[in-house]
Amino acid sequence: MNAEVKETNVTSLQAKRKFFKLNQEWILLFVLIGLIIFFSIMSASFFTTGNFVNITRQIAMLGIIAAGMSIVLLIGGIDLSVASNVALTSVSMGLLISAGIDPFISILLGILVGTTVGLINGIIITWVGIPALITTLGMLTIVRGFTFLITDGYPVFGFPESIRWFGTGFLFGIPVPVVIMMIVFTLVYILLYKTYLGRHIYALGGNEEAARLSGINTKKIQLMVYMLSGFFCSIAGLILLGRLNSGQPNALQGFELDVVTAVVLGGVSIFGGQGKLVGVVLGVFIMGVLSNGLVIMNVNEFIQMVIIGSVLLVAVGADRVANRKKN
Amino acid sequence: MSNLVIEMENITKEYPGTIALQGVNLQIHAGEVHTIAGENGAGKSTLMKILAGAITPTQGIVKIKGEMRKEFSPKIAAAEGIGIIYQEFNLVPYLTVEENILLGKENTRGLFVDKRKNLQLTQKALDRVGASFSPKSYVKDLGVAEQQLVEIAKSVSKEVDVLIMDEPTAALTGEEIKKLFTLIRQLKNEGVSIIYISHKFEEMFEISDRITILRDGEYIATKKIEDLNHEKLIQLMVGRELSMSMKTSSAQDEVILKVEKLSSTDKIDSISFQLRKGEVLGIAGLLGSGRTELAKTLYGINPITGGSFSIKNKKITKVKSPEHAIKIGIGLIPEDRKNEGLVLGQDCAKNIILPALKQISYGFFLNSRQEKEIISAYKEKLRIKYYPGQLAGELSGGNQQKLVIAKALATNVDILIFDEPTRGVDIGAKQEIYNLMNQFLQEGKAIIMISSEMPELLNIADRIAVMTEGKLAGILDNKDATQEKILQLAAGINSNGEVIV
Repeated sequence: MNAEVKETNVTSLQAKRKFFKLNQEWILLFVLIGLIIFFSIMSASFFTTGNFVNITRQIAMLGIIAAGMSIVLLIGGIDLSVASNVALTSVSMGLLISAGIDPFISILLGILVGTTVGLINGIIITWVGIPALITTLGMLTIVRGFTFLITDGYPVFGFPESIRWFGTGFLFGIPVPVVIMMIVFTLVYILLYKTYLGRHIYALGGNEEAARLSGINTKKIQLMVYMLSGFFCSIAGLILLGRLNSGQPNALQGFELDVVTAVVLGGVSIFGGQGKLVGVVLGVFIMGVLSNGLVIMNVNEFIQMVIIGSVLLVAVGADRVANRKKN
Repeated sequence: MSNLVIEMENITKEYPGTIALQGVNLQIHAGEVHTIAGENGAGKSTLMKILAGAITPTQGIVKIKGEMRKEFSPKIAAAEGIGIIYQEFNLVPYLTVEENILLGKENTRGLFVDKRKNLQLTQKALDRVGASFSPKSYVKDLGVAEQQLVEIAKSVSKEVDVLIMDEPTAALTGEEIKKLFTLIRQLKNEGVSIIYISHKFEEMFEISDRITILRDGEYIATKKIEDLNHEKLIQLMVGRELSMSMKTSSAQDEVILKVEKLSSTDKIDSISFQLRKGEVLGIAGLLGSGRTELAKTLYGINPITGGSFSIKNKKITKVKSPEHAIKIGIGLIPEDRKNEGLVLGQDCAKNIILPALKQISYGFFLNSRQEKEIISAYKEKLRIKYYPGQLAGELSGGNQQKLVIAKALATNVDILIFDEPTRGVDIGAKQEIYNLMNQFLQEGKAIIMISSEMPELLNIADRIAVMTEGKLAGILDNKDATQEKILQLAAGINSNGEVIV
């Protein structure tokens, strides 16, 4: 008799949880669909194949960097140096190619540069012990300054057509940046949900001390995660180089905040340990549709800034309220 | 007309599932030093929290200077002239000593803080407690003993009639303790009553006028110090002869762990012992005696600064990390399951498999089938009650503890260190945990069990090592061990009545 009562309690609780979990991603999906419908009504040129290709191409870089940022946030960190890192890797590749070095090798070296920036972030955070926010804030400025230094502040030109392909080309009718983004999301999905490293990442973000006492090498994981973030930045740097057909040292200033906005909007907790990659994908799409739609509607650029900022606050606010309710 | 400052009558405090205090009486005279004695968990701290207004009793009367207290809050207790120095410090590290001592009662001139007057007042309070550091120093730069003095200065800077001191000497050295006792005598002459809590017998007998003994939340007796000696006091604290269920030892002859002169920073000083297959070595000692630190040293959290140990005849001089400890066959069930044991925001199954995950993966990739097998095996074996997807943070204390044990068992280690395995766990779950330990021992493995519950140690352990101030005071065989002997060793007195430390 008693056991029966307990059983029903358990199942009803289970049902409640499932419903709640579906809710988070469903809400994001509804918001996305709502935005698409809204912009379609407001502007005839929004709901077209051409524009959708455009949107996906525009969000490719955001998505690739956000994939790395998601993992960083999951371990309870943050990486504010991403946009500077993209600019650095992009001009590094540009300088090497225009200096006559083989493009393939130049790209590999550029990737090495981006990953090294991540490694430096990781070393400072884990070994020196400076909080991630301060470390990567410092690196944001250092890396940007370095980018200006090696270019004297001027754009870099003179690449073969093959480089443009990474930014503007098509593969099976899909823009190359979008293909790369899809590959990146797939890899991150496998990492987070199909390997033990993913479990360790979630455990570390949820309770670092418990993770360490469970025999997890928490420092190694942190180093790996920041390196991965840097690696994805260098991939985005390659796309940027192809899209602009030039290495712009002042590219993407302030873009790191768009990335953080997309990730927390996707439901990743800024306190670590909580959040899903599906949510991040939706968050990235919402950001892309929002900024594309606002441009098409001819909304004043300053108002766009107000809207993007508000989106960040709503996202973080929702996270806080949800956490408060749980406790 | 009596000179009673405090009368507590028939105080009962119930928590869901447990009774912390039952019908306790306490009377404090003006200007006396009154010690509250009892084992860990006897209810001393609960009683003091009620007196300090931090918690409300379920039943009973508290009279302060003859007046019945109607409402319980720290503010009201402070207004009644009751000061308390808690065991844990309540200081703000980034403020100076002066700012801490006068926090919330700074003297002002107009809108501005009267720095000079505040410094004078602070200096006076510091002089009184015999502190030699400046009122301008930051609390974060002070040592533990100095912080303790700040706490004491803070409470004597107010007008108090009763001052409660909860283990004030835990962090102090001999010289500082002497100064503290001088201060206590001085306060006593001024008519202030001191309620003193300590585990150290020497101190109790040196400073107290009377002692009230509590046991398992019940009032046992109040005695004048002249009418007591060590033996009588221990007997009152421990009480009944314990009915021991005969434990069958599964200890074999083969030594699995041999610890030789192991030392670690501050807390662990040259400790040696052996552990045999199938054996439970209990570790007893007061809070801060170094029990947990010993576990942390073996498990690679605290560094080994001297000595070594061998496990299965393999000599180890350095344990790099918990990961390394698990690899060489040592597992730990940490004391604080919420902060050190579990990822509360993750589901139970993922918690169980966490430490073993890497071992069972194919390269980097998860082996879901084996993972599920291990999880359900331990869920069943330990009878942990959770539904799929339930978060670890949603379970009861006993079930959470079983999760932590399941985690450690799943790593297949040879030696398990249990740090307070049954704290906050109900009787039923306790018994299940003991059964699990037995199963583990049957497999020829061994257990080190740290516990503050002496009946538990006497029941479970084959031998009991007693620690005091980072040293091993002695190892007792189960058949010779009594609560009295353990308490005596833990208080730093050996079997010949000599002070060890």
